Amino acid sequence: MHRVLGDRRAIAILLGPALLVYSLIMLVPIVWSLGYSFTKGNTIDGFSGNGAANFSRLFDDPAVRDALWFTLKYAAIVTVGQVVAGYLLALLYVFFLKKSSALIRTLAFFPVVLPTVAVGLLFQKFFQVAPQTGPVNSLLNAVGLDSIDFFGSAGSAFWVLIVMDIWRSMGFYAVLLFAGLVDIPDEVLESARLDGASGLRLIRHIVLPLSLPVLMSSLIFSINGTLKVFDSVVALTNGGPGNGTTPLTLYMFQTSFTYSDYGYGSTIALLLTVVCLLVSLVVYRVSQRDITEG
Amino acid sequence: MSLRMPRVRRARLSLFTAGTASLALLTSACGGSGAGSSAAPKEFSYLSVTENTTVKTALTTMSKGACKSANDALPLKVETVPQASLDQKLQLLAGQDALPVQFAAGNAPALTQQLEKSGKVADLEKELKSLGVLDQLEPAAVSTIKALYGGKVEVLPYEYNIEGIFYNKKLFQENGIAVPGTWDELVAGAAKLDAKDVQPFSASGQQGWPITRLVSTYLYRSLGPDALQKVADGKAKLTDPEYVKAAEEIAALGKEGYFGKGVGSIDYDTAMNQFLNGKAAMFYMGSWALANISDAKQNKVGAENVGFMPFPAVAGGEGSVDQYPSNVGLGITLGAKSFDKKTGEWVSCIAKNYGSTALKDHGSISGFKVNTEVKDANEVTAQVRDTIGASKQNVLWFEALFSTKATTVSQTNAAGLVGGSMSPEQFMKTVQDALAAQ
Repeated sequence: MHRVLGDRRAIAILLGPALLVYSLIMLVPIVWSLGYSFTKGNTIDGFSGNGAANFSRLFDDPAVRDALWFTLKYAAIVTVGQVVAGYLLALLYVFFLKKSSALIRTLAFFPVVLPTVAVGLLFQKFFQVAPQTGPVNSLLNAVGLDSIDFFGSAGSAFWVLIVMDIWRSMGFYAVLLFAGLVDIPDEVLESARLDGASGLRLIRHIVLPLSLPVLMSSLIFSINGTLKVFDSVVALTNGGPGNGTTPLTLYMFQTSFTYSDYGYGSTIALLLTVVCLLVSLVVYRVSQRDITEG
Repeated sequence: MSLRMPRVRRARLSLFTAGTASLALLTSACGGSGAGSSAAPKEFSYLSVTENTTVKTALTTMSKGACKSANDALPLKVETVPQASLDQKLQLLAGQDALPVQFAAGNAPALTQQLEKSGKVADLEKELKSLGVLDQLEPAAVSTIKALYGGKVEVLPYEYNIEGIFYNKKLFQENGIAVPGTWDELVAGAAKLDAKDVQPFSASGQQGWPITRLVSTYLYRSLGPDALQKVADGKAKLTDPEYVKAAEEIAALGKEGYFGKGVGSIDYDTAMNQFLNGKAAMFYMGSWALANISDAKQNKVGAENVGFMPFPAVAGGEGSVDQYPSNVGLGITLGAKSFDKKTGEWVSCIAKNYGSTALKDHGSISGFKVNTEVKDANEVTAQVRDTIGASKQNVLWFEALFSTKATTVSQTNAAGLVGGSMSPEQFMKTVQDALAAQ
């Protein structure tokens, strides 16, 4: 075995097919798309060179600015929300429910398995004001408040989206972080307790530092997912009202496939890629430093 | 390892196998059939949207009756996609040269014209003439098509609609409202209804177009029938004060709450149901709604209680009330390359028989001549058919001459205009910017 893996040609043979397939379905389209960003046109009219016009348009387009701001705002809030809610749930499982957490774990995980479209429809009905008054507005009416048209303004639609996405994914992060917490040796906790640490102090000084690596991976995981949010927005608001809840991904999709401007769509995709890359880099740097210190 | 192959040969062999495998994978994934419109068609394939059931059902009926011989030669095959994904599907099919024989040609005329320019759409005027059935198209429908598609007949008039305001006669009578002839009377009537807790209008903000239609028709009444052509030609801007005025008037209706609660969440069917259940007094809609109005199961107020009026006049305006906004529904066209003799047989059979089949079975008015006399289902249908027959000059709708981007922008922001989250100036500016962007 060692002899086989020590042989460069053998490695090339073993890795070659996978690398080839990966290049064909991942790298080639990326480069291809990069090429498209210098063109104008679509599959019907054909493509023609457009120089750097798409890039200068990218900087002038207020819709791109709105979409980028929305994406960053959404990613920051949902990432923090998902991971914090997940972490709190995980702490609940480990320290309070202990062995009897299976039922709660299953219930909290349940939304993760639901299809996004179904969750979107569920929340639409939940927060709707017309044609029927939804449960949330009924509750507001019951305490003497007026109904709110949650999907009528970008601000309230944004918060419904945030609540929905945190609810939908916190169970997943809870399980992920639960695995990290379970890994903390009982002896460490026991000795900390003997030294007098309990409650919040135990969590702050023992549990948090020891679960930091898994917390950081959750963060990276989450931020990359939320920057690329698409399905939940389409299912809940379809980017509306107006373009009030349109992230970069949806704007890119609309530009390419609805307005049939593949070139500019590719340019927006490139911007999204750069944003993802930068954010990952920052999170990675921060996490490296923290882990070594912690 | 019992097989003792020299290492080098083994390596080459594996590399070769891997390479061939990936190549095979690649060709099977990207190759596609590529067939379709380039070769002689084997089926009368028809791609349409899921939402529209009339054309599909009427064609199926005809394939078993009047067009049986055409169907035997080239069997009808219907495929549908949701309307929202039609444009994407068309672009992909056009890119692969695999458009069906007959297809719904996009949600905006702009896409149809793009397809036409790249030679994917048959020259229907020429084809219909050579088949000798051009006279089977109503002249009014032909002129609407030409106005929409740059002077060419690029689609068949499977529908011919005029638009106006359907109203609930009973609610009007109970509240002492006469059919309004001017915009001010309409607004006053709406205020009267609202005071009595009757919702004046039902409209789908989710679709958006039922609201932008109000803006455009107001524009046609106030500035005349060329109001939006001027915008398309760049001679006027939507941000000009006289254009913004129209948006202001419609926004004012919304501000008063005349469209009811949460107009942005109201979908097409809900808006229709609100009117047909007597919950709203007026409903701006096209004549295609006659199918729903004539259906006793859907229409709880009864067809006899539904009236149709033109969009009222605007005081001092240059347009007149008999200029009805008109359209041919979702444009349905035929591919250029697949138009052969067998397809021609189908097309001439459709031209001769579709008008009466659609009217008889579905109460749907098309732009084809009705060759077998059909008795009108109710008074309002008769009224609309007479109006269509008598109309001399028609106008288009708000987004008719817009790019697909401006169309989407206009329709997705319409709910904001009447919901108050967007000012009339902002709305018109957003749409004008989208128009300028392409």
